[in-house]
Amino acid sequence: MATEHTFPDTAAKAAANLPKEFDPEKMSISMGPSHPSTHGVLRIQFELDGENVTKADPVLGYLHRGDEKIAENMTYNQFVPYTDRLDYLAPLANNAAYAHAVEQLAGLKVPPRVEAIRVVTSEMARISAHLMGLGAYGIDTGAWTVFMYCFTEREKLYTLFEKLTGARFTTSYSRIGGVSRDVSPEWLREADAFCDQFLPILDEILGLLSRNKIFLDRTVGIGVVSAEDAVAYGLSGPNLRGSGIPMDLRKDKPYWGYDQYDFDVPIGSKGDCYDRYLCRGEEMKQSVRIIKQAIAKFPPGDWYARDARRIFAPPKDKILTSMEELINNFMIVTEGPQMPAGEVYFEAENPKGLLGFYIVSKGGGVPWRLKIRSPSFCNLSILPKLCVGCLVSDVVSILGSLDFVMGESDR
Amino acid sequence: MTANADVIAAVQGKFPSATVRASADHPALNVPAAEAVAVLRFLRDEQGYDFLVDVTAIDWSEAQSPRFTVVWHLYARTRHVYVRVAANCADDRVPSMPTATGLWPAADWHERETFDLLGIRFEGHPDLRRILMWEGYPYHPLRKEFPLAGLPADLPDAAVAAETKTRLISAPMAGGPFVAVPGEPMSEAEPRAKDEAWNEKNEKPDA
Repeated sequence: MATEHTFPDTAAKAAANLPKEFDPEKMSISMGPSHPSTHGVLRIQFELDGENVTKADPVLGYLHRGDEKIAENMTYNQFVPYTDRLDYLAPLANNAAYAHAVEQLAGLKVPPRVEAIRVVTSEMARISAHLMGLGAYGIDTGAWTVFMYCFTEREKLYTLFEKLTGARFTTSYSRIGGVSRDVSPEWLREADAFCDQFLPILDEILGLLSRNKIFLDRTVGIGVVSAEDAVAYGLSGPNLRGSGIPMDLRKDKPYWGYDQYDFDVPIGSKGDCYDRYLCRGEEMKQSVRIIKQAIAKFPPGDWYARDARRIFAPPKDKILTSMEELINNFMIVTEGPQMPAGEVYFEAENPKGLLGFYIVSKGGGVPWRLKIRSPSFCNLSILPKLCVGCLVSDVVSILGSLDFVMGESDR
Repeated sequence: MTANADVIAAVQGKFPSATVRASADHPALNVPAAEAVAVLRFLRDEQGYDFLVDVTAIDWSEAQSPRFTVVWHLYARTRHVYVRVAANCADDRVPSMPTATGLWPAADWHERETFDLLGIRFEGHPDLRRILMWEGYPYHPLRKEFPLAGLPADLPDAAVAAETKTRLISAPMAGGPFVAVPGEPMSEAEPRAKDEAWNEKNEKPDA
């Protein structure tokens, strides 16, 4: 690994050094910010030579809300709902990752039941996020049916989310030191039943694409990311594993007891759009495996950490009946959860990749600095390199295969 | 914890000016700005920290000097450990730091973001443009003196601004994010008491 990376990279340099007669008039064209294949408000400024992309410059920030600035101005507990709006296709996973980062700062260990709840909900969020990505990718490459199948399944998951959290989309489920409410045995049974019926349907959905001639033509050998590039550009999640790098924090640095579960980490061989698609498909099956194992031996016990009295708001019935708890709740709401001074960095293996929170605390209830390492942002940073030399229609395929969310990228 | 001590000892053996940084989780190092890239290269090539996770910076407020600290997070894919490297910017008014884009292309966008939001100039960066805010935006919003409500500024597109005759104005805090900074009297901590430019009583100012 003694590589030197130069800018612009060699491909762009070679394009710039072409003899004049091969250098016809280029066209500058803007794709997005409201274009169906840019999945949100990404804009890419292209320089085109006919149908070939000679330069691509992603323009971000159309969905920038200043989440990090807002975080510096509110208590740790108040920021939980803002994490819903990062990767808004997997809010359950974002909530849990943020809560875990703050718990690291507080030196708090949550009970096994909370960890199991977080594992089950995060894996369900992974399935729903991948279903969305898969359905949208089908549309990008011209297959409408996949989208309808995926959304039918996703709807079942959202019904479960609603039953558990009260919200379909912005769940704000995890709290620092626990979750907002316990799961019921019926809910676990329903989640288990969903997994059982989901696997054959997933095979059917993947069967619509995996050997589909049109889909293969649009994805095989398109947007190839080499293993070196994937690491050098900081790609993560299925985009990194699609390039053959078996990096999955659930295996490598298990959090929430992921080491108790038996699952495989699918990796690709070529790093093209098709490999990334295959990885996502297989990851859903592995998530189902994890959920089923977790539900089979779901730990009893508390659904919040009992030693988090200055952090986790007491249960509502206690607030209404006990003066002590009422005062405690008032202190948590007005002063914020009291944190020690220090710095932590925690990242979780989210559907899109590594979602990291770097928290700098000077003590008290408000973070001094909270930096969100967003996987979509890093995954998009390879676009200027990946798009050069492609056809415009390939760009649509590449964007779909990177499966980014602008809410997370722009923060 | 032995692996943690190892990386700190290894870096200090090669770079005696590196000091241990207080950290609640991963091993962390303070290094001089001039040596930062050399330390990162050493960590990447000889210590196996081949994955650049994140680059960011901290503003310690106007009253402090050094005011800005740039922080890198690296991950070793084979050993599954992180390391945090931090370096203070020498100049508080025009903070700058050598770029790491030569080591990881991933640093490109992270550094652009840090420049955009905190105004750290990464020397040698090939294309240091704003990334989240638009080109020509006059402020660095993550600096501590920048108010949460925002500051008035011109619209990004001069043609649109001329046609609509509008500017950006500060956000109304009464309807904005509910933020209350703890530790103050509640009357002053409430969002309404903060830098609110317009609400149901004060009319929206003309741009």
